[in-house]
Amino acid sequence: MTQLLYMTKRNIKLFFKDKGMFFASLITPLILLVLYATFLGKVYKDSFTSSMPETLDVSARIIDGVIAGQLTSSILAVSCVTVSFCSNMIMVNDKATKAINDYKITPVKSYMISLSYYIATLVSTLIIVYVAFFACLIYTSAVGFFMSASDVFLIMLDVLLVSMFGLSLSSIINFFLKSQGQISAVGTIVSAGYGFICGAYMPLSNFSKGLQNVLSFLPGTYGTSLFRNHCMQGALKAFENEGIRVDVIDKIKTSVDCNLFFFDNKVSIVSMYLVIVLSVVVLFGIYVLMNYLKERKAG
Amino acid sequence: MNDVIVIDNLSKSYKQLKAVDDLSFRIKRGELFAFLGINGAGKSTTINIICGQLKKDQGKVYIADMDIDKNLQLIKHKIGVVFQNSLLDPQLSVKDNLQVKASLYSMKKDEIKKRVEYLAELLDFKSYINRPIGKLSGGQKRRIDIARALLHQPEILILDEPTTGLDPQTRKMMWNVINKLRKEKDMTVLLTTHYMEEASEADYVVIIDSGKKVAEGTPLELKNKYVGDYMLIYNTDEDKIKRLNLPYEKIPLGYRIEVKDTKEATELIKNNSDLFIDYELIKGKMDDVFLRVTGKSLEVK
Repeated sequence: MTQLLYMTKRNIKLFFKDKGMFFASLITPLILLVLYATFLGKVYKDSFTSSMPETLDVSARIIDGVIAGQLTSSILAVSCVTVSFCSNMIMVNDKATKAINDYKITPVKSYMISLSYYIATLVSTLIIVYVAFFACLIYTSAVGFFMSASDVFLIMLDVLLVSMFGLSLSSIINFFLKSQGQISAVGTIVSAGYGFICGAYMPLSNFSKGLQNVLSFLPGTYGTSLFRNHCMQGALKAFENEGIRVDVIDKIKTSVDCNLFFFDNKVSIVSMYLVIVLSVVVLFGIYVLMNYLKERKAG
Repeated sequence: MNDVIVIDNLSKSYKQLKAVDDLSFRIKRGELFAFLGINGAGKSTTINIICGQLKKDQGKVYIADMDIDKNLQLIKHKIGVVFQNSLLDPQLSVKDNLQVKASLYSMKKDEIKKRVEYLAELLDFKSYINRPIGKLSGGQKRRIDIARALLHQPEILILDEPTTGLDPQTRKMMWNVINKLRKEKDMTVLLTTHYMEEASEADYVVIIDSGKKVAEGTPLELKNKYVGDYMLIYNTDEDKIKRLNLPYEKIPLGYRIEVKDTKEATELIKNNSDLFIDYELIKGKMDDVFLRVTGKSLEVK
């Protein structure tokens, strides 16, 4: 247990002290913030306002609340995965610098080292994403706060689950990486690409039907949808109270990916949770198996 | 003295390349053992097998009477390694680096604290124990590398080119500490080095080339077997030197002649006392042994 504790502490400290790795993990959320601040927020706001019946005078605060919810959900959905990918790079870095050789000559079991990377990555990711969530809550409070306590709790649960998904996925991918060059390549691809394929930069509903069907096979999209639902449902409920018809709100929900479809079948919230949890279990199982096979091969 | 490391017919290949080829040697407890060879000769492969980092293809390896195939985990408690390149985490402090490594040997918190304090005293790094490794000089980092290898009080210390690039003061301090531990704890040291003056201090030397053992013995045995002694004679003229009927070489202020051994030198002095007024008898060096045995010279990187 002492071994696991010290190794985990070491990995967490290394991540937070490595400025390059730390800031690289924040690039995607920062891109999102810049996009929203410069034009995306305004585009969405105009789009909402124009979609409202002219006879209705919807409070600007509610619309701002919806946009803030969208921003929050996008930032969280992307951060959970990109931050876990970056913080899990400690594992690859140890291989690249051969620091791992210094651990291999000790009696520590290799699964213990792998577990320490896993826990450290989860802790580092949760620290960063929860801080980001807190910042988003402050921003949302300033423009229009409509979340309930249960929404906040569910968002925190979503952060945990989606981070574990990102962590399990990154553990498998990083398992095969060995050099600094590979670290940079994978880091860049994930940071740049994940925001698009999970629907964080742009809702999946904006994509072609074919692409939507392809992306519906990726578990990450359900993570984004969970965030969308829990970040925005309070503000959308407020729309209902303003007298907007339920079918109109449902269309809005579909346009912002609160409603997600798997080949025209609407996916329930429970199913989304199931997809994420099962993905975590399966990916973690694969990671454990890979470590087991590696240890057996090493004798 | 019993054998603490026994290597029998060890072989290891990387595809077509035979890195270690039927290698056998023994290291006695408490011995300073020098393992010499040029880069790529098979030293690191052998060390990696001893440490359990690499699987061997053939042969047997016994460490402290334990078979590496059966007791690797126990063997790992007996060995400390100072790698050629420092593997410390530059962002973390000296203390953090040492604590993490100590924990991997299942040491308890109190035990770790005491051991780190002892080593800080022994290797004189108390003043910078809380400083990040990245801010230390090369010599300071090397002290921490050594401390890291000594945390779990190993019976065997493997030093893979430990002094390359070190200043003379740190090198001297390092050897003082290692010799103290050898004396007090009967610690065995397996050394690979490119500095032949360090190899000359060893109790026993094995030279390998292309994965095969090409020579072994004490430094004196190797010098006697592979290289002769030589004499430097000053303040004499060439005619007198020619009288000796031995090959000679002109050096500043004198001449250099090769002799087979000390006995031959003594005879020469007795028979030509008028010639030997101002002279030196110098034993052959390990560099010459290495060159003679492998046909290659060791270059310090």
